[in-house]
Amino acid sequence: MAMSLIWVAMVLFSVVAALLTGNVGVLSAAALEGAKSAITLSVSMAGVLCLWSGVCAVMEKCGLNRVIARLLSPLLRRLFPQASADEACIGYLSANVTANLLGLGNAATPLGIQAVQRMKALSGSETATDEMCLLIVMNTASIQLIPSTVAAVRSSLGAAAPFDLLPAVWLTSLCSVSAGILAARLFRHLSRT
Amino acid sequence: MTDLIVPGILLLVSLVSLSKKQDVYATLVEGAGGGLKILLSIVPSLVMLLTAVHLLRASGALTLLTRFLSPAAKFLGIPAEALPLVVVRPISGSAALAVGADLMATYGPDSLIGRTAAVMLGSTETTFYTISVYFGASGVRKTRYAVPAALIADLVGFLMASLTAKFLF
Repeated sequence: MAMSLIWVAMVLFSVVAALLTGNVGVLSAAALEGAKSAITLSVSMAGVLCLWSGVCAVMEKCGLNRVIARLLSPLLRRLFPQASADEACIGYLSANVTANLLGLGNAATPLGIQAVQRMKALSGSETATDEMCLLIVMNTASIQLIPSTVAAVRSSLGAAAPFDLLPAVWLTSLCSVSAGILAARLFRHLSRT
Repeated sequence: MTDLIVPGILLLVSLVSLSKKQDVYATLVEGAGGGLKILLSIVPSLVMLLTAVHLLRASGALTLLTRFLSPAAKFLGIPAEALPLVVVRPISGSAALAVGADLMATYGPDSLIGRTAAVMLGSTETTFYTISVYFGASGVRKTRYAVPAALIADLVGFLMASLTAKFLF
């Protein structure tokens, strides 16, 4: 339903603005052009997206996700002491973070849900625990090693080097995840005092 | 350095896989098919949302919105043109992709605005969707500080995206 409201708001806002600025004549052409551009964009980014999905599948099969999970284990155990006490829970949790890093969004979501369900079973309450909030923040802040969709859009629009955004994306993600973790810690502290 | 990322990853991943006696080629092809399925699942909503974004741009609504938001943008150090992306990003992933792709197409993928949009898209998530799916599926009703903490992380992401787009290319 939320998307319906957003859609209606966008169309309504456009029509009203066009009436005010006297731009009504260009609206039908713009609508058709927009629909067409969605298909041109999808077709031209399909190649890069398929290539990276293939590479990600190979990485997963090679066990790269297990290697990353092992490397992250000390950090995750420090951040999630309660979840670490439960092997299944920390397992889902580190698989979730690893899948996010590799850009496997479709795999990350069910793993994250399983981790939260396990945390809920352990706490036995309908209120979010501190570790649940921390997990949510780490997921919404998106730490992705290779943002393949954006690179695909950039390459389809003729960027000189579509992947040259990697250092900027890494630094930005690192800052936003750190800020999220700090904010979660601060709120946890405030909720106790 | 970034010139080596693509060929390097292709070679490394293929060699590791082959050394484990796996059928690299079959895995690549299968994965590529999965990528096509993901793309197909977002195409219909991309059509609707890019139609809406083109309507907003042609009608002058986007210019009005940008002008209205520019004091806030100046305060935050974010290009005013990228602010519509900041607004939709936490709410809808496909709307953000449509707005971001439109910014990159309008101003050029290698322009400051295009790069800011790209970094924002690559380093943030659909926050409200993620929170509702995770807590909804596990039956957690009281979300406490999850939303404000996640929004703080998003805000820092948007600010850093404008900074890194300016200085890291």
